Amino acid sequence: MRSLVFYIVSILVGAALFGFARWLGNDYLFFAGYTVLQFIVLATAWNILGGYCGYVNFGSAAFFAAGAYSSVALHKLAAGIDRYVPESLAGLAHTILPLPIPVLIVIGGIVAGLIGLGTGYLTLRLRGAFFAIATLALAVVLQTLIVNWDFVGGSRGAYIIRPSEVPIIGSYIQYLFLIMLVLSILAIIAARAIEQSRLGYGFATIRDDETAAEACGVPTLRLKLIATTLSGALMGMAGAPFPYYIGYLEPGSAFGLAYTVNSIAMPMIGGTTSWVGPLVGALLLGTLQQIATVTISSAVNLLIVGLLLVGFVIVAPKGIVGLVQDFMRERGPEGSEPTWRTRLATFANMRPGAR
Amino acid sequence: MASSITIEKVDAAYGAVRVLEQVTVEARPGETVVLLGTNGNGKSTLMKCIMGIVRPRSGRIMAAIDGVQHDLTSLTTEQIVDLGIALVPEGRRLFPMLTVEENLALGAFRPTARAQIKQNFEACYETFPRLAERRGQLAGSMSGGEQQMLALGRALMLAPKILLVDEPSVGLAPILVSRTIDTIKQLKDRLKLTVLMAEQNFNQAIRIADRGYVIVHGKIAFQGNSADELNNNDLIRKFYLGL
Repeated sequence: MRSLVFYIVSILVGAALFGFARWLGNDYLFFAGYTVLQFIVLATAWNILGGYCGYVNFGSAAFFAAGAYSSVALHKLAAGIDRYVPESLAGLAHTILPLPIPVLIVIGGIVAGLIGLGTGYLTLRLRGAFFAIATLALAVVLQTLIVNWDFVGGSRGAYIIRPSEVPIIGSYIQYLFLIMLVLSILAIIAARAIEQSRLGYGFATIRDDETAAEACGVPTLRLKLIATTLSGALMGMAGAPFPYYIGYLEPGSAFGLAYTVNSIAMPMIGGTTSWVGPLVGALLLGTLQQIATVTISSAVNLLIVGLLLVGFVIVAPKGIVGLVQDFMRERGPEGSEPTWRTRLATFANMRPGAR
Repeated sequence: MASSITIEKVDAAYGAVRVLEQVTVEARPGETVVLLGTNGNGKSTLMKCIMGIVRPRSGRIMAAIDGVQHDLTSLTTEQIVDLGIALVPEGRRLFPMLTVEENLALGAFRPTARAQIKQNFEACYETFPRLAERRGQLAGSMSGGEQQMLALGRALMLAPKILLVDEPSVGLAPILVSRTIDTIKQLKDRLKLTVLMAEQNFNQAIRIADRGYVIVHGKIAFQGNSADELNNNDLIRKFYLGL
C-alpha cells in the first residue's frame, strides 16, 4: 500500500517536472536536466553495490561506456545493414531498424549487466581496496578494447546523427529527457524496493560483516553477483541513450573521469544507506555543476565535487541523509554515534599537526 | 531426538600454511564439548570447516540431525545453516549498523528458520529480556556483554539443533565471561542442544564441559573424557596454568 503511494507520487513528480520544463519551453533546460537525471541513475546504480553492499566500484565509467558503446555498435550495424544481411531479410531489417532508444536501453543494460556479472565472478574474493582497484582496472581494459575496435570508431570516435524531431513529443532533446526521467524514476523505485526487501537486508549484512552474514546462512556469493549485475545493468542503461544525446562519442569522453567520480561522490554526499541519498546528492551536485558550467566554466565541475566530498567526509560521513537523521535524533534519546555537531567541534579544535 | 557432530581426520590449510592436521573431534547428542587451545592453534578454522566457510583438504565432517546423517563437506554454508547448525562467530560479529531486532531477524534469514520466526523471537526475548528493551538500538552501540547476548540470540533465531560457539569470552570482563558461560549452559539444557565451544579461558570453559579436547598447533594433543580428566592433565598444566 505504501509502495503504491510511492509509485504514484514519483510518477506525479516526474510528470510535473516534465510539464514544468515544457511550460518554460527552453531546450537548454532539457539539455541540462538530462545530465542531472543521468547522474541520478548512475548514483543510484552505484549505491546498490557501493552503499548497500559496501563494495566500492571505481569503474562506473566502464559500465556507462559499455551501455553507450552498445548503442553505437547497434547504430553502426543499422547504418550498414545491407552489407550484413541477405537481401531476403533486408525488408524486415529496415522495418525494425534503427532500433528505438528504449530498446537500446534494454540492450545496453543487458550488456553492462553481463559485464557486471563477469566482474563479480572474477572479483569474488576481493574486498575493500582490492575490489576498488580491480574495478578501476576493468575500466582501463574496456577502454583499450574500445579504442582498438574500429567498427565503433576506435579512438577517432563515432558520429551519431539523430533525427531532429520525434512524433508526439516534438523536439528530440525533450524525448531524451523524458526517457531519462522515466529511467531515473524506475531506478529509484528499484533501489527502494531492494532496500525494503530481504535482498536489501542481505546486502546490509554483507556490508556490515561478511563472515557473520555467512554464519547466518545468507548466500553472500549469490547476493554479491546480483548486486554487481543490477548495478552494472543500471549504469549501462544510463549510458545507452548517451550517444544520441551527445552526437559524437569518443572513448575519452565515454570513459571520462567525471562519471566515475560523480557516481561515487553523489551517494557519498547524499548518504549511502538509503535511496534518498543518491537522489539528493545527484540533484545537488548535478545542478551545481550545470550552473557552474554556465556561469564559470565546465572545468570547475570536478573541483566542486572534490571540495564537497572532502567537506562531507570530514563533517558528515553519513551524508545529507545522515545529517538530517542526526538532527531528528538530537532531541531524542542519546545515541553513542557522534553527531555532526560533535564531529565539527572535534575538527575545529584540532590543531595543525594534531592527530 | 538429539543431534551430534563427528569430525574425522580433517586436514585444512590456508594456501601453503597447514592449520589443521588429522583432527578428530566428536560431540555426541546432548553433550557440551569444549575445544581448548590458545591463539593460532586452529580452533576457529575448525569451526569454519564445520560451517563450510573453509573447505577441509581431506577428512570427513558428519552431522546427525534428528538421526539423519549429513555429510557437511559436500554442503554449502547455507545448506548447513538450514540443517540447524548455528555458529556464534568469534568476536560476536554483529551487524553494527543494524538494530537489535534486525540483527535477530537476520539470524532467521533462511526460509526454514523464517517459518517459525515469531516463536523464535519470543523465545529469544524471553531468554534475554535486555534485548527486548533495546530492540530499536543499533547493535554497534551496545556494551560487550549485551553484544554477546545478541550474538547468542541471533544464533537461537535459527532454532538450532547444534550450537557452535567460537570464543565467547573474547573482549569481555571476567564477570561477563562467567555469565555468558552460564547462559550457554542454560540454553543447552533448556533447548536440548548439542554444543561445541572453542575457548581459551580454560577455567570457565571447564565448568560446563562434559568432555574436551586440547588442540595444539592444529593437532589434537589431548582428549579428556570428563572435566576431571581435563583438570588433572600435565599438558593443560603446562599450557594454561604455567606449572
